Amino acid sequence: MFLGYFNERPYQDRDAEWYKHFGGLQDLSLSNGVYKPEIGAELYNRYFDEKLVVEQMGFDGVMLNAHHDTPFCMGGGAMNLEAAVLARITEKLKIVLLGNVLPIWDDPLWLVEELATIDLISRGRLVSGFVRGTGRESIAHNAQSPYNWERFQEAHDFIVKAWTTPGPFRWEGTHYQYRYVNPWMRPYTQPHPPIWIPGILSRSTVAFAAQHRYPYIMLDSQLDLTAQAFDVYREQARLNGFEAGTQHLGYMFKVHVDETEELAYETGRKMIEGAGNLFLDGSNGRPNPHAQNLPGLNTRGPGNQLPTAAYVAVRTARGVAGTEAGKKPPAERGPARTPEEHDARRREIFDGILARYACVVGTPDSVIPKIRHVLETLRPGSLIFWHGDGDFTHEDTMRGLRLMGRYVVPAVREMAKELELYSPFEIDPSTNLPVPQPLA
Amino acid sequence: MNVHADAIPLQGDVTVGGLLLAADIAGSGEPVVVIHHSTGPLWTPYLELLAQTNQVVAPHLAGFGRSQRPSDARAPSDLAVLAMQQLDALDLGPVAVVGLGFGGWVAAEMAAMYQRRLASLTLVGAAGLKPAEGFIHDPMMTAFDAYVRQGFANQDRFDALFGATPADDVIELWDFSREMTARLTWKQWMWSISLPTLVRGVRIPAQVIWGGDDRIVPLECGYHYAELLGGAPLHLVADAGHNVDLEQPEQLARLTVDLRSIARS
Repeated sequence: MFLGYFNERPYQDRDAEWYKHFGGLQDLSLSNGVYKPEIGAELYNRYFDEKLVVEQMGFDGVMLNAHHDTPFCMGGGAMNLEAAVLARITEKLKIVLLGNVLPIWDDPLWLVEELATIDLISRGRLVSGFVRGTGRESIAHNAQSPYNWERFQEAHDFIVKAWTTPGPFRWEGTHYQYRYVNPWMRPYTQPHPPIWIPGILSRSTVAFAAQHRYPYIMLDSQLDLTAQAFDVYREQARLNGFEAGTQHLGYMFKVHVDETEELAYETGRKMIEGAGNLFLDGSNGRPNPHAQNLPGLNTRGPGNQLPTAAYVAVRTARGVAGTEAGKKPPAERGPARTPEEHDARRREIFDGILARYACVVGTPDSVIPKIRHVLETLRPGSLIFWHGDGDFTHEDTMRGLRLMGRYVVPAVREMAKELELYSPFEIDPSTNLPVPQPLA
Repeated sequence: MNVHADAIPLQGDVTVGGLLLAADIAGSGEPVVVIHHSTGPLWTPYLELLAQTNQVVAPHLAGFGRSQRPSDARAPSDLAVLAMQQLDALDLGPVAVVGLGFGGWVAAEMAAMYQRRLASLTLVGAAGLKPAEGFIHDPMMTAFDAYVRQGFANQDRFDALFGATPADDVIELWDFSREMTARLTWKQWMWSISLPTLVRGVRIPAQVIWGGDDRIVPLECGYHYAELLGGAPLHLVADAGHNVDLEQPEQLARLTVDLRSIARS
């Protein structure tokens, strides 16, 4: 089992009016004029400090991501820099980038160089995930959306070739052209760093991952639909002549552990407060549907969608599902009339998220069986806890991390052993053969 | 959608370069070729009016409407080449060409390529030139109908044509057309760095027509086109936005036919 830790490094400014009223804020509508550099500096360093604790608590890795032009993720344009810092200040953690948005890079040779450098500084601890990105990322770096999928595939092929083929060579592709490819640094990991593919929606992405025998990581969905999406990977694996194992499948979901059930609930629900991801189930914010759905970015109609697409519709509607039967969803009831009514609605939304196992909260005693249910249902070889996000304070995060380290991480390892859930670092996904382990 | 006339235009579909390229054809008389907006081909009252005096040929540009998509097309000039070959395949002689908005850019490219193929050129709110001030409106973060509404000076006319909530097939056309447009012009958005030099040599009869309230392509682009085309007349149409053809079809039809007369004489 690979056990990872993730959050989006939200930009938190509790005194700012926009932060207090993040509810209703539409994606790509907040000017960076509100950005306070002193807060940015504090938060980047806080999140690095927390990663050091993640390592102490026995996690195997940290996952980073990148969303641009938004307070909900400070990794936009910074993710690879953060990874480079982590490569130097941590000792054992895998640094899992899920991932670089390939189509928005006009010059992927930069990625070849940067990622190889991170792998070198960390002495082989980089996991290089690649994503297509949603429309907002194409807007941010002005990538031509109809060619998103073509650019993703070509950039991937180019990067792998540049990592694995001694230069110099020439590349005359459809979207990228180089007359001299000869990056001086080569990855520490040979033939190249592990590549993982995260996703939520697209069957093409699952098919691509299976075609290359790359692990597929389902990001923040719900249990039943994720199980169905994993079946799609297994089918694709068979079409490509191999049986998918636990080493090919990963699941990232929200977890918070605290000292009491009440504290776990009250703190855990901060995951959907503050400047949380606009696409999270229960988020206060609103995606821009037209920026998300740029021309040619996604195949129209349901043909290319995974079962989890149904859940994204739920998330877009902010907690439409999971509410009491026969009762209008909170997002459709008009503005709350009192703070108490608003609070009650937010709790109702969070309860729905808990019911769908998109998040588990509790004391160690109550959380561990819930995680076991996830492991038994999905049989993932990689599990990534999403924690310390939204409106979490440093103290909230530290309380959860310490309890995870003391109780949850060891318990997950035991359960994974019993359930024979092997990670890509134990069973090589490209061969399905055991990976030689270093002597203890 | 109320813009369809009772008389269904004929379909002049031909195969060019292995692609099926469609055209709607109606009326008789001297041919006028009308190149549609980036939102795609629609049979509109403007075309109906023109068809009363002329043979109207309304091609569906490659990748739009019923025409097949050339997956390797990368610029409006590519569509202009295909449109010229489409005119050959339709066996049309020198023709009056009218370009609407994005279609104006394609028409300008056609004229720059081989002006003898054109009897005259009418550019209506044409894209293709970089404004010195401001920008050509970018629809990518807005709803399809919001973009089309932006092209109307009077929103009641939009409602009259498309309804307050446009029909699914119209939205689908706008969605499909936006994708093709995005394949051709993304950056730079709606302008070509080389077009001024290419158009400056065009000396066929030409006119430039602009809606007085065009909020899509700045009017200064109209003046620039008029200057490049050797001092071509610039007609400002009052009470019209970018979609002059949809808001003032009678006036635009009259101006179109007038230029045909000038060109003939």
